[in-house]
Amino acid sequence: MNKQIVIEAPLSTELVRELRAGDSVLINGVVYTARDAAHKRLDELIKKGQPLPIDIRGQIIYYVGPCPAKPGYAVGSAGPTTSGRMDPYTPQLLKMGLKAMIGKGLRSAEVIEAMKEFGAVYFGAVGGAGALIAKSIKKVEVVAYEDLGAEAIYRFYVENFPAVVVIDSYGSNLYESEPPKYAAC
Amino acid sequence: MRKIQATQVTETVKQLFLRANFYIGQDVLNSLKEMEKVEKSPLGKRVLQQIIENDELAAKEEIAICQDTGMAVLFVEYGQDVHVVGGNFQDAIDEGVRQAYVQGYLRKSVVADPLFDRKNTGDNTPSVTHVRIVPGDKIKFLVMPKGFGSENMSAMKMLKPADGVEGVKAFVIETVKKAGPNPCPPVIVGVGIGGTTDKVTQLAKLATLREVGKRHPDPRYAKLEEELLEAVNKTGIGPAGLGGTTTALAVNIEHYPTHIAGLPVAVNIVCHAARRAEAVI
Repeated sequence: MNKQIVIEAPLSTELVRELRAGDSVLINGVVYTARDAAHKRLDELIKKGQPLPIDIRGQIIYYVGPCPAKPGYAVGSAGPTTSGRMDPYTPQLLKMGLKAMIGKGLRSAEVIEAMKEFGAVYFGAVGGAGALIAKSIKKVEVVAYEDLGAEAIYRFYVENFPAVVVIDSYGSNLYESEPPKYAAC
Repeated sequence: MRKIQATQVTETVKQLFLRANFYIGQDVLNSLKEMEKVEKSPLGKRVLQQIIENDELAAKEEIAICQDTGMAVLFVEYGQDVHVVGGNFQDAIDEGVRQAYVQGYLRKSVVADPLFDRKNTGDNTPSVTHVRIVPGDKIKFLVMPKGFGSENMSAMKMLKPADGVEGVKAFVIETVKKAGPNPCPPVIVGVGIGGTTDKVTQLAKLATLREVGKRHPDPRYAKLEEELLEAVNKTGIGPAGLGGTTTALAVNIEHYPTHIAGLPVAVNIVCHAARRAEAVI
């Protein structure tokens, strides 16, 4: 395990290039949510050459579809979903300036190549720890696609959101480097 | 003929889905705590601590353990001397699901058409209900909110009888390895062996519902479960797939007679949020 770093979104390429696989981060500021259906709509806009509902330059996208909030809560349970389903759409977003993604699970070679080329990082949050993660989400606003319900794009204001750099902007990947150390242990 | 009101079916199903989504089973929690003590990876240990903290928090505040509150799956044992009155049995079940997901602030994750418009049904119905008719005048409900991070990593294969035990082992390990970090390890691995293509996948899902730590009554299958668990935990995948010695909490097998020409095998994976609840009315 490496350093613990407090970061503030939006992110600069310089900051992203300093982050290394294995670093623990506490994310503060704004993150945008998007999962399957929202990515599909963003992709349709890009293909038509139309503007996106958010300016993604420097931003973090969190792959999540939260539970509805109980009265008195900002949000319901809100852990990461499997990132790989967003892989077909991701290189284009990285090209447009997306700097980080929060999710869980494997990414495609194309995504990792684009992360290296444009300078972006992939954070892992603990899947299935959505009740705990929700505690670091302080405020929630709908930004677009409200009709998609849990799959809409939300703006999350987060404080010390816990994550780990799983794949850095140089292509180092904990999913590849760590399991062999414990295999046949 | 014993009469049971449809409204009682609805209320039972509703309470079961609320309970399953808020409270992790004590067997699962105990197993997570035991594995946390022996996990060799520092990062893996931290992940397990977060999971335990998460599960305790969810129970305390009655909020969903995981935001993927799943598709509602039910295994029903319906006593043949029961007559459900005042409504259609399946409708009563789905009404219970609807009430749990709407009133319990659970996520609605079901789309009506799987291929074309994929429009959310808005209330997490319909459920996937398996009914078995049994002797008696009671109805037993075993429910699971099934998350799709793990469901997507499940697999089924028609092996040749000659593939035998080694073939089964290889397929289970291959499926777990291929899943890697995606299904939120540590997982519970359900293995179905025998029957037909449809039967074997159902067996695999049923196998995931067994209490953690309980072995198959047949010593040959019990031994195979232990060998598979050891092999799965030697993959090094670890908690959240970030490396470690805890990849699965259990490997459970259910089997059924099959055809002379076949050896169907299915692997159903359940994430560490292995939610289930049961009741008899």
